[in-house]
Amino acid sequence: MPSVCFYFQVHQPFRVKKYKYFDIGKEHNYFNENGENNLNNKKVLKKVARKSYLPTNELLLDLLKKYPEFKISFSFSGVALDQMEMYSPETLKSFKKLIDTGRVEVLSETYYHSLAFLYSKEEFRKQVELHREKVKDAFNYKPNIFRSTELFYNNDLAAEVAKMGYDGILAEGADKVLGWRSPNFLYKPQGENITLFLKNYKLSDDIAFRFSSRKWKEYPLTAPKFAQWLSAINGNGEVVNLFMDYETFGEHQWKETGIFDFLKNLPEEILKHPDNNFATLSEASKKYNEFAELDVPFFTSWADNERDLSAWIGNSMQRDLLSKIYDLEEDVLKTGDEKLIEEWRKLQTSDHFYYISTKGLEDGTVHNYFSPYESPYEAFISYANAFNDFKLRVKNKLKTYEKTKTKS
Amino acid sequence: MGKVKVLMFGWELPPENSGGLGVACLGLSQKLSERGVDLTFVVPRKTEAMDRGFFNLLSANVNYKEIEVNSCLSPYISPEKYESILREEDNIYGETLFEEVAAYRKCAKKIALFEKFDVIHAHDWLSFGAGVEAKKVTGKPLVVHVHATEFDRGGGKGIDSRVYGREKEGMELADKVVAVSNYTKNIIVEKYNIPSDKVEVAHNGVNLKEKPVGKNLLEAFKEAGYKTVLFVGRITLQKGPDYFLEAAQEVLKHNEKIIFVVAGSGDMEHQIIRQASELGISDKVLFPGFIRGEELHGLYRSADLFVMPSVSEPFGLTPLESLINGTPVLLSKQSGVSEVLTHALKVDFWDTKEMANKILTTLNHDCLKDCLTENGKAEVDKITWDSAADKCLKIYQSLIK
Repeated sequence: MPSVCFYFQVHQPFRVKKYKYFDIGKEHNYFNENGENNLNNKKVLKKVARKSYLPTNELLLDLLKKYPEFKISFSFSGVALDQMEMYSPETLKSFKKLIDTGRVEVLSETYYHSLAFLYSKEEFRKQVELHREKVKDAFNYKPNIFRSTELFYNNDLAAEVAKMGYDGILAEGADKVLGWRSPNFLYKPQGENITLFLKNYKLSDDIAFRFSSRKWKEYPLTAPKFAQWLSAINGNGEVVNLFMDYETFGEHQWKETGIFDFLKNLPEEILKHPDNNFATLSEASKKYNEFAELDVPFFTSWADNERDLSAWIGNSMQRDLLSKIYDLEEDVLKTGDEKLIEEWRKLQTSDHFYYISTKGLEDGTVHNYFSPYESPYEAFISYANAFNDFKLRVKNKLKTYEKTKTKS
Repeated sequence: MGKVKVLMFGWELPPENSGGLGVACLGLSQKLSERGVDLTFVVPRKTEAMDRGFFNLLSANVNYKEIEVNSCLSPYISPEKYESILREEDNIYGETLFEEVAAYRKCAKKIALFEKFDVIHAHDWLSFGAGVEAKKVTGKPLVVHVHATEFDRGGGKGIDSRVYGREKEGMELADKVVAVSNYTKNIIVEKYNIPSDKVEVAHNGVNLKEKPVGKNLLEAFKEAGYKTVLFVGRITLQKGPDYFLEAAQEVLKHNEKIIFVVAGSGDMEHQIIRQASELGISDKVLFPGFIRGEELHGLYRSADLFVMPSVSEPFGLTPLESLINGTPVLLSKQSGVSEVLTHALKVDFWDTKEMANKILTTLNHDCLKDCLTENGKAEVDKITWDSAADKCLKIYQSLIK
């Protein structure tokens, strides 16, 4: 004890290009930006693969070979896997190699990295199902643990996920969830007999956000120092859930910050202490008992300081577009047009709405860093116009559909 | 350090005229006084401003006096009028303006020898000469404050070399140059060859209060189902009214239920009216002329979107006035105000197609309009003169040492 549980999130959205009002009714490709900018999905994926995915995979494969005790967990959005297939098959192959070691757990999520659960349970279940198929195809793997988009969570979601047969679910170890309790134990959702894994946000964010911050008093963070912090949990914790974006390695924290050396040395440093070990989430769930049931009636997530849903539904532009995209559900499905249905789902990816957040715009904080648009208003304009074109296509399709129906 | 004594040279004070320079000088002075600066503000002539409750506006805690030097100067023509002279066909400043500036400079010498002060602070080229002269006779440090350059006024169509020369002289002889935006600082560094580290940026503030609702000039159009897009400013090259009309034409191709309002007057007025009919959109463009006060606020309020398409705008006050009145703004990126306003739509002034895209999308989505307005309005409240005054005070202190 404790068991260190690494979980890395791999996700890339299909970003909407600069779509103008004049394009409505004329241009039906929303995701095919090909200029030298960060809306160019192919360019972004290739860059992230080169800077982060490929070198980190190689490093992790070495570590798995070198340390038989080393284990990790991953979750991949379906749209990230799609883009790897399209633009960087070698990256997909290198992930497959990791998973084939048998010491890498793959988690379940919604294919389109969406917030569907908030608007349509049916669509939510469908996207989880699609994701299971994708993970089976890509990695020949059947996940048992569920993680939701950006770790959003509440009692209802836990109940739904338990009903779907999962053994566990992930959430942010937010203060308002835990109160006086420690994130370093396993929990259960209120009234459900599955495991609730809570992110240790302090230790996770030390790596993901603070690693290269010179303003941080612990700078520079070294593997021995971090391993020492983990060892200090011995005796008052059983698991340490280090959950973060996989792009932390090489993309958010550049190679020059020393992040790869840190990762390379970490397993050895952690294993120096005989009581420390590594576990996948499923293993941890089997190994330890749940400490208590947690009642979370409100939504939490791992985004922003608020750790709630305000990053996606905080302003009226976001809420307007989200309700509009889900209002189309019945019509889109009625068309039976696979291409339209897929595009509708791509438009559900949470990132589109994250880019429209106006939180902290004045001090230019985290949303600006992660957004490929000049401002949330630019993001809204492109999405709203693309959406209007999409809606028009659905309408037209339905018209022809109705016509053929009456004819036959 | 004791009280800092500043001899400040300006050109005008409100409500003498509608130019932004006087308003800016007043806003800054008030905040400097609050910080204990002992300010003597010099204007070239007796203005009516002082008799029209100007001091009441500042309240009793403002401790600066104004010195009139009108005995030296005559006749006075407002900068606005000068600017209109400037834009006449032969494109020259009236000789009288240069005479007046020269006279101001001469008087400044006398005042400087008579007054006690630690620092000289001069606003724009009209007062630079006065500041330079004061420095010459007393050896006190000089700060010149650039609210606009000749390159802004020219709107990209050439400059008056006499004005440029006076601006450059002031900047060169000054110990510190204050620019109202990074946009203006870049011009000072690039076009006047002033070392970058000599130029400090102090963004303008505003002191705007929500005004009582004026008459809604566009009510009839609203009732007929039209949306309205507003331009307010001098109708002159610098303000980009021609780009506004080009965007309007593009917009009207896609939505005919929109009225464009061009409020203001200026040397390009006839040309712009002609352009509207050449573009075939004169039935959708209103020219209500120069509008001020309550009526202007009513106009802001009734519009759906305000556009500032300036070709070169050192700062730009009108978008802030619009937001205070609850109307969202679309700004030219070639402006200082776009550096301080994040809750605004922004576009390069020449990109009229993109301007049209943003106008159309905004008019099509109330939630976009509402977010821009609500957040923008809150942001304007934070754009005060405090930070500019803090910066100027710091500069004074560093120069006195």
